[in-house]
Amino acid sequence: MWAILSLLVENKPGILFQVTHLFRSRNFNIDSISVGITENPEFSRMTITTYGDEKQIQQIVKQLDKMIDTVEVKHLDEHKTVYRELIIFKIKVSSASDSMEINKMANAYGGKIHDVKKDSVMVELTATPDQIRAFEELAKPFGIIDVARTGVAALQRSGA
Amino acid sequence: MNDMENMIGAKALMKAMQKEGVKQVFGLPGGANLPMYDELFKSDIRHILVRHEQSAAHMADGFGRVSRKPGVCFATSGPGATNILTGIATAQADSAPMVAVTGQVPVNMIGRDAFQESDIIGMANPVVKYAFQPRDAKEIPEIVRKGFYIAETGRPGPVLLDIPKDVQQNEAAMQFPDEFKIRGYHPWTDPDVAHIEKAIEMLLHSDQPIILAGGGTIISSAFAELQAIAEMLMIPVVTTFKGKGSFPETHPLSLGPIGMHGHAEANKLMTEADCVLAIGTRFSDRSVGKFDDFEKGLKIIHMDVDPAEIGKNQTTQVAVVGDVRASLRIMLKLLAKKAIKNDESDWFQHVKKEKQYWRENLKIHPGEMSAAKILRKLRQVLPHESIVTTEVGQHQMWASLFYDVIHPGTFFSSTGLGTMGWGFPAAIGAKVAKPDVPVVDIAGDGSFNMTENSLATSVLEDIPVIVFLVNNFTLGMVAQWQRTFYDRRMIGVDQEHCPDYVKLAESYGAQGIRAQSLDELENAIKAGLKSDVATVIDIPIDPEEDVLPFVAPGTSLKEMILPS
Repeated sequence: MWAILSLLVENKPGILFQVTHLFRSRNFNIDSISVGITENPEFSRMTITTYGDEKQIQQIVKQLDKMIDTVEVKHLDEHKTVYRELIIFKIKVSSASDSMEINKMANAYGGKIHDVKKDSVMVELTATPDQIRAFEELAKPFGIIDVARTGVAALQRSGA
Repeated sequence: MNDMENMIGAKALMKAMQKEGVKQVFGLPGGANLPMYDELFKSDIRHILVRHEQSAAHMADGFGRVSRKPGVCFATSGPGATNILTGIATAQADSAPMVAVTGQVPVNMIGRDAFQESDIIGMANPVVKYAFQPRDAKEIPEIVRKGFYIAETGRPGPVLLDIPKDVQQNEAAMQFPDEFKIRGYHPWTDPDVAHIEKAIEMLLHSDQPIILAGGGTIISSAFAELQAIAEMLMIPVVTTFKGKGSFPETHPLSLGPIGMHGHAEANKLMTEADCVLAIGTRFSDRSVGKFDDFEKGLKIIHMDVDPAEIGKNQTTQVAVVGDVRASLRIMLKLLAKKAIKNDESDWFQHVKKEKQYWRENLKIHPGEMSAAKILRKLRQVLPHESIVTTEVGQHQMWASLFYDVIHPGTFFSSTGLGTMGWGFPAAIGAKVAKPDVPVVDIAGDGSFNMTENSLATSVLEDIPVIVFLVNNFTLGMVAQWQRTFYDRRMIGVDQEHCPDYVKLAESYGAQGIRAQSLDELENAIKAGLKSDVATVIDIPIDPEEDVLPFVAPGTSLKEMILPS
């Protein structure tokens, strides 16, 4: 199962190392990780997506919770969470019709077009990992030259 | 909060440690911790000099396990710091309270590959409970307070304070806080009474219950509670190796340790049980064998202070998170309200029969100086309150099999990391914690070699302990595995009678005695108990003697290999 973990951690040097090391030493995998300071500069929020069976996810949460610099660890229910990832695709363009087609796709996914060149174009997309995967499938036939993505950022909905 | 006081960082370190009750540190000075040593010189804290920093960490560890207060070790930066890493990892694996203080190159030199610079915070992070590196002298009082608190609360463990040299030297207005908060640290949870009630129902409704006591029982001193519950319910008690001595091993309900080299009756009855009350244990592979086989058909009640241990290695039916002594006390109170018939059940009759059978029929090596006979001799001569540590190897497992712990909490070993060289320095640390009690390191020659230079510390610092050296002139456990699993292709195990341990002891000013018969051994132990200096008793044994029973790695306790 795919899991979104949300960690509120002390904003101190070395915490990212401790968290990622924990995943390595306990034999878990990080699918994506995004880190940023919160509204309170004493804390950072880490959003980690990972795979595992229920027992493994429980164990990861407990081990993360045990860390002294993690103030709060939550396994988010994706149905009660707003989660998005930003991705930038560089896509090959072979003809004018390719350009138009990619433009239409980007619009359909709420994306933005950047860096339009004769033989390539960049598409910026902010979406869920599922939507990103769907867009990727559509873009593949054109030829994907490069990709950069941020990892998921997630917040639980109020009252959830 | 009290008034501010101007002083340098190193002095604040001493003052803060004294506030924590520190009476001595084990260590070795070097360039980057000289300011600390200068303040140590001016303070009332005793310095115990080691000959290798690894031993300083093991001494602090031994002190910590016995006194249940963090032992403190000092090392300089770079190699001094990396030398204590093994000791820190050992304390972490066995949940021992320790505060390790290392010197570091000055802040403006960090990251420039300075002389004797090592990123000890980065290296130690995976094996410490927590690590601090103050960048400003004024942080020192608070990190010392927090460091000791973290080391000794909840599931204890080692804390590293890595202090750059300029931070030691700089003056600051120091505040020594009484109150502090660590937002993300919750060392103890109140045990859930409903879960304990469920556990009681499960125990009372099972036909073949057993208690498995782990190291957490010793750490939380839950000896009286454990014994009261076992006796009230007439449930036999097995232990993990780390839990050895949490329950008197001469008690009729005691079956001894389970595991790779567990007692035959303990392993057998553990696999026959239908419900286990597991107290303060992480279900290590060495204790339970193959995980899936262990939990098959077994209802597991798991009490532990560390919530992350619940469900890590075994599926539990009832979990009670919290200090195990607190949990057992609640259990006792609830049990006292029930009318329990504790007459001898069929299960108990069976347990008694099995125990008697194996105690009478387990084959031991026929020689006069067999492991069983020498360790039983040690038990017979040693006062009950004596503290025993062990090294790591065959002698350690023989100690587990043949040395019965009578007073709970008097047996300590490197059980998790399995660090050779641990026992002797740990014995010295234990003796510092309890100077009036005899302390014996049950050693093997291979392990003793690794930290034998601690003889200098023992003699010069006047900390006499006994090294009970079970000497088979080989790295015996490896040799046993080569005999058993590698068709006797013996490599890298022969120590070739080197050194002569009697002469070695004497060269350090210690007492060296060779014992070649049980009578000589008895006299040697008595001489050691009377001695003002360390005593090394060299006990030559048959190099081919195996440790049996033996549960091969990756197999289940049912597949125990017995002596033929």
